[in-house]
Amino acid sequence: MKGKVMATFAGRDLVCIRGERLVFSKLNFAMESGGCLTLIGHNGAGKSSLLRMMAGLLHAASGDMLWDDQVVADDMDEHRERLHYVGHHDAIKPVLTVEENLKFWAGLRSDASEAQANFKEALDIFSIGHLIDVPGRFLSAGQKRRANLARIIASKSPLWLLDEPTTALDKESIKKLEDVIESHRANGGMVVLSTHSDMNIKDQQILNVSEFSAARGHESASLLAEGI
Amino acid sequence: MGRFLSIVRRDLRLALRQGSDSVMVVMFFVLTVVLFPFGIGPEGNILARVASGVIFVAALLASMLSLERLFQTDYEDGSLELLTLSPMPLEIIVLAKITAHWLTTGLPLMIASPLLAVLMNMDGNGFAMLMLALLLGTPALSLIGAIGAALVLGSRRGGVLISLLVLPLFVPVLIFGVGLIEAAIGGFAVKSQILILSGILFACLAFCPFAAAAAVRQSVE
Repeated sequence: MKGKVMATFAGRDLVCIRGERLVFSKLNFAMESGGCLTLIGHNGAGKSSLLRMMAGLLHAASGDMLWDDQVVADDMDEHRERLHYVGHHDAIKPVLTVEENLKFWAGLRSDASEAQANFKEALDIFSIGHLIDVPGRFLSAGQKRRANLARIIASKSPLWLLDEPTTALDKESIKKLEDVIESHRANGGMVVLSTHSDMNIKDQQILNVSEFSAARGHESASLLAEGI
Repeated sequence: MGRFLSIVRRDLRLALRQGSDSVMVVMFFVLTVVLFPFGIGPEGNILARVASGVIFVAALLASMLSLERLFQTDYEDGSLELLTLSPMPLEIIVLAKITAHWLTTGLPLMIASPLLAVLMNMDGNGFAMLMLALLLGTPALSLIGAIGAALVLGSRRGGVLISLLVLPLFVPVLIFGVGLIEAAIGGFAVKSQILILSGILFACLAFCPFAAAAAVRQSVE
């Protein structure tokens, strides 16, 4: 963690095109250390696409993202180092135990030894410490999700990108996730999350992705005509 | 390097726990070659004449079998996304996965090959070169195959498509691999074939991880 150094993360005029369809256009966001940006919007508005764009999995058709006023795309390796992404799949291998799964992911980070020391604690936070030797195929959907969330707690990264993190979680776990997000922010981390269920998070910035969606047909046509 | 090895170790562990895959590949290899004496007839000199080609083609098809699994399971359970997002270069990750693939398919094929050479009545002078040809050839197959495996991610019936994509690319390896064995059996100099096979391997080593990584990036988009 960077301590008290403030960081900023912003997007400028982002345009997302998927399969020749304009998903959203001219989308802007800005956040700084300790912030939480919650993405809302109807299905297909582009919440997941925006998160994937922030992670660098998806390229923006136009516009750019800035971290501390540096263009993110200029140094993707550094950007990947500072983010954690939780997507729709939990990446838990059925034949590996929870411990082997998490140790592997922790080992790929640059703070590998620290992360590998931390992960037991992380499992306990989501009360799945007792499942440490259980192969992934015996986990329920919610337990897999909790193991995946334990992965991001184990190694420190300032930016968390959570795509519907509450899927399959019970109420108690959602509460724990809220606490974890709270302490991550208190340590100067940033969180971007998309959700359909209401999460109880303080001072969150809400971004309605639907507002940028290109339901207005003529605009999308004109953007495409410009070759964006 | 530690992280490279941790990916290799993980893939080997996955292969061992799932078990069937690499055993299946070797069984396929053995069975295909064993079919030839039944089809062609048990005449020793005919079998000896085709031995090197049959063994090499069978090895090529067998390594083809397991290619689809190289990225597919990681793609389906979201691991590939996370690997793409990990701070280490994707090219290195892809190379680690290819290494694990070779260790679980190419290497067992190479070890099984002398047995089949005996079965095919191959001339004793060719055994060592058969092993060497497979040692140089099968890693090249894994490397080239990885491009195909990455390209077909997300498509249905990827397995068939991979074969169509990469089998033509395997032709040089086949020509020079069999050439090496035949030269050894005939008592000719083998240096040039060894150099060309090594050249192909190193060219693949330099180029294929980049191409496969680019295809993986495309697939997770």
